[in-house]
Amino acid sequence: MSTWTPEQPIVAIADVHKSFGKVDVLKGVSMDVRKGEVVCIIGPSGSGKSTLLRCVNALVPIDRGSIRVEGQEVHDPAVDKLELRKKVGMVFQQYNLFPHKTALENIMMAPVMVLKRPKAEVEAQARQLMRKVRLDGKEDAYPGELSGGQQQRVAIARSLAMQPDVMLFDEVTAALDPETVKEVLVTIRELAEDGMTCMIVTHEMGFAREIGDEIYFTDRGVIVEHGPPATFFTEARDPRTRAFLSQIL
Amino acid sequence: MEAVWDFLRHVHDAYGVNLVHFYDGFERGRMLRGMWTTLQLATLCILLSVVIGIVGAWVQGSRSRLLRAVVQGYIQFFRNTPPLVQMYFFYFALGPMMPRVENEYGIPQPILGSFEWAMLSLSFFAGAFNVEIFRSGVEAVQKATVEAAESLGFSRWQIYREVVLPLAVRVCLPALNNNLVNLAKTTTQAYAIAVPETLFVASQIWSDRINVFEMMVTLLTFYLLLVGAFVWLMGRLERALRVPGFGK
Amino acid sequence: MSGRVFAMLRPVAAPVSAEGGFRAALFTPTALVFACIAFASLVVAGEAWAQLRAAGPKPGLLETLWKWTPLLLIGPPREFGGFALNIAVSFLAMAIGTAFGVVLGLGQISIHAPVRRVCWLVTQFFRNSPWLVLLFFVMLLIPFQIRIGGTAIPLPAWLKATFGLSLPVMANVSEIVRGAVNSIPSGQWESAESLAFGRLQTLWRIILPQCVKRMIPPWMNWYAILTMSTPLISIVGVNDAMTLAQDALAAEQRSELLMPMYAMLLLFFFVYCYPIARWTIRLERRYAVKI
Repeated sequence: MSTWTPEQPIVAIADVHKSFGKVDVLKGVSMDVRKGEVVCIIGPSGSGKSTLLRCVNALVPIDRGSIRVEGQEVHDPAVDKLELRKKVGMVFQQYNLFPHKTALENIMMAPVMVLKRPKAEVEAQARQLMRKVRLDGKEDAYPGELSGGQQQRVAIARSLAMQPDVMLFDEVTAALDPETVKEVLVTIRELAEDGMTCMIVTHEMGFAREIGDEIYFTDRGVIVEHGPPATFFTEARDPRTRAFLSQIL
Repeated sequence: MEAVWDFLRHVHDAYGVNLVHFYDGFERGRMLRGMWTTLQLATLCILLSVVIGIVGAWVQGSRSRLLRAVVQGYIQFFRNTPPLVQMYFFYFALGPMMPRVENEYGIPQPILGSFEWAMLSLSFFAGAFNVEIFRSGVEAVQKATVEAAESLGFSRWQIYREVVLPLAVRVCLPALNNNLVNLAKTTTQAYAIAVPETLFVASQIWSDRINVFEMMVTLLTFYLLLVGAFVWLMGRLERALRVPGFGK
Repeated sequence: MSGRVFAMLRPVAAPVSAEGGFRAALFTPTALVFACIAFASLVVAGEAWAQLRAAGPKPGLLETLWKWTPLLLIGPPREFGGFALNIAVSFLAMAIGTAFGVVLGLGQISIHAPVRRVCWLVTQFFRNSPWLVLLFFVMLLIPFQIRIGGTAIPLPAWLKATFGLSLPVMANVSEIVRGAVNSIPSGQWESAESLAFGRLQTLWRIILPQCVKRMIPPWMNWYAILTMSTPLISIVGVNDAMTLAQDALAAEQRSELLMPMYAMLLLFFFVYCYPIARWTIRLERRYAVKI
């Protein structure tokens, strides 16, 4: 960990294998994400994109290979998962807010209880985050009273309150109405512009093209090809990528 | 108050309706102490059985197969045997094996009396149901919500205490309510090991005063009021826990 | 295939509840074996204890238990009692309770408001009263014989006790019936009406047949609860297994016999009630799938 410097990849994934029973979900995936980089991962359903994100956050253990976040091996049994999860924030497709807590409480819970930071300070930060995701005024609303897009922005704020170095977005717009997709994407773009390192699994090709520094295409547990958006969308070489892109664009 | 007692005395003399347990100071005192014992027994049993339920449901989610099997064995045993025989087993079979302590007169007496044994056995009986009730509530909590808490770095116990349990309780409150009402009614069974609760005291009064019917009506009224009060309290709890937009 | 993948994902995804399959696998006949082993170890422990403090030669615990087992199971010779009486009482009380409960439950959904209210009140009253109080009520306030015309019909204690136990069963069956009928979508009533069925016809031919499946699991559940309440009749002086076990203990006067004797009694009930509980759960699952 001490050997890591900001010039090296902040997330280094090397030859990761993962299977659920007899089904191989990841079959030797490697990718490097540098600090401040925005990586978009696209591909058909069931290609292992979401599993890869979950592995980075140690929600799912891997069978073989290595995932290093800031030089620290994630799947080392001795790793402090709390330390890891302070560095890596994650936003889910289904928002997964805590339904019995207000928006503000949702944001404050982890910093107060996990990081043991003083409540007043956390509250000030949480209110600021609510403004940042343009939800000021909704602090005391319960998740059930918010729209999908609003809930998702609270979920983003909740992750940001932990002041992570890397943010993982797992198909965060897939469950939203078309009208509210935009407001969430705007929030993510602002984050990326602030220099946040992001790994984004998405089906929004236009968004990936606009925001991504590097696009990865996965299919059946492997990375088929990757490249910067300028070339990726126009000069894809692999027939699988081309077939996928022609279906979706 | 005296006027009321006098009126009841008159009712007895004139119509033969014997409400001696109201107008006679001594019997009234017995009756009230019995009701107070029932209240204490019911409250303690409810609290203890809920604790057993919460801890049991937590253990059922543990990684140790052995622990889970122990809890499962406990549930199946207490659910499928008569609570009265359980109480006898606790009081008559386990009781004598407990160490004795000396009371203030220097006479050795069992460390646990009949009240404590009734409390323990009834709590374990209702607790077995509570474990299942809480577990079903825990299972109703979305796995994704738990995952979100995990990804925020909460420990397993924090997740259970702050996320899973508060949500599970809201889901399983009606079933819990049912079981606790049942428990409050089952405290009458402590009669069998001579705990001086309402039914026991009532039976003493009706053998002394031969007013079985009047005592029965009083008893049934008391228990209906007790259950009614409890249901009302739980209804208030349910409203207090209601979260806008959660559930129906 | 996808179902299997999901099943494998579960333990990984959420440590909070990963035991579903395990529980189902472990607690089938195995539980009965476990119960017997637990009982046997209690006896052996008691035996060892008895040997340690034995003053003179006494018959072994197992021998003693064996001696009393027939009494506990079927009662004294030429008399009906013991565990068999518990079961008989449970059958009879369930039959009475079900018959009255169905009537009461249908009364609760009557179109006549007064009938509905009275039936609701009766149901709530018996549902919320303690079993033991109802039992005392019946035992002490129903005479030991009734006269019809010139003949006196004796009412033995066990019969009165059975009636006492059937009252709460009646109230709960009433709730089961009401709940099941209300769970049938109103479209069924409407379509039957549009086919010119009368209300009673609709109820008997269309609604109730659909309810029966839903009513069976909770009904069986109440049967198990009733069976486990039958030892209450020992309190009011009926010769059931509980009473006889206490008689046996009084006759033996051996403290080391207390645990095994009560454990044996618990075992009787467990062996009888546990399979019913398993069966109920299976039926619940089966009927839950197709709604």
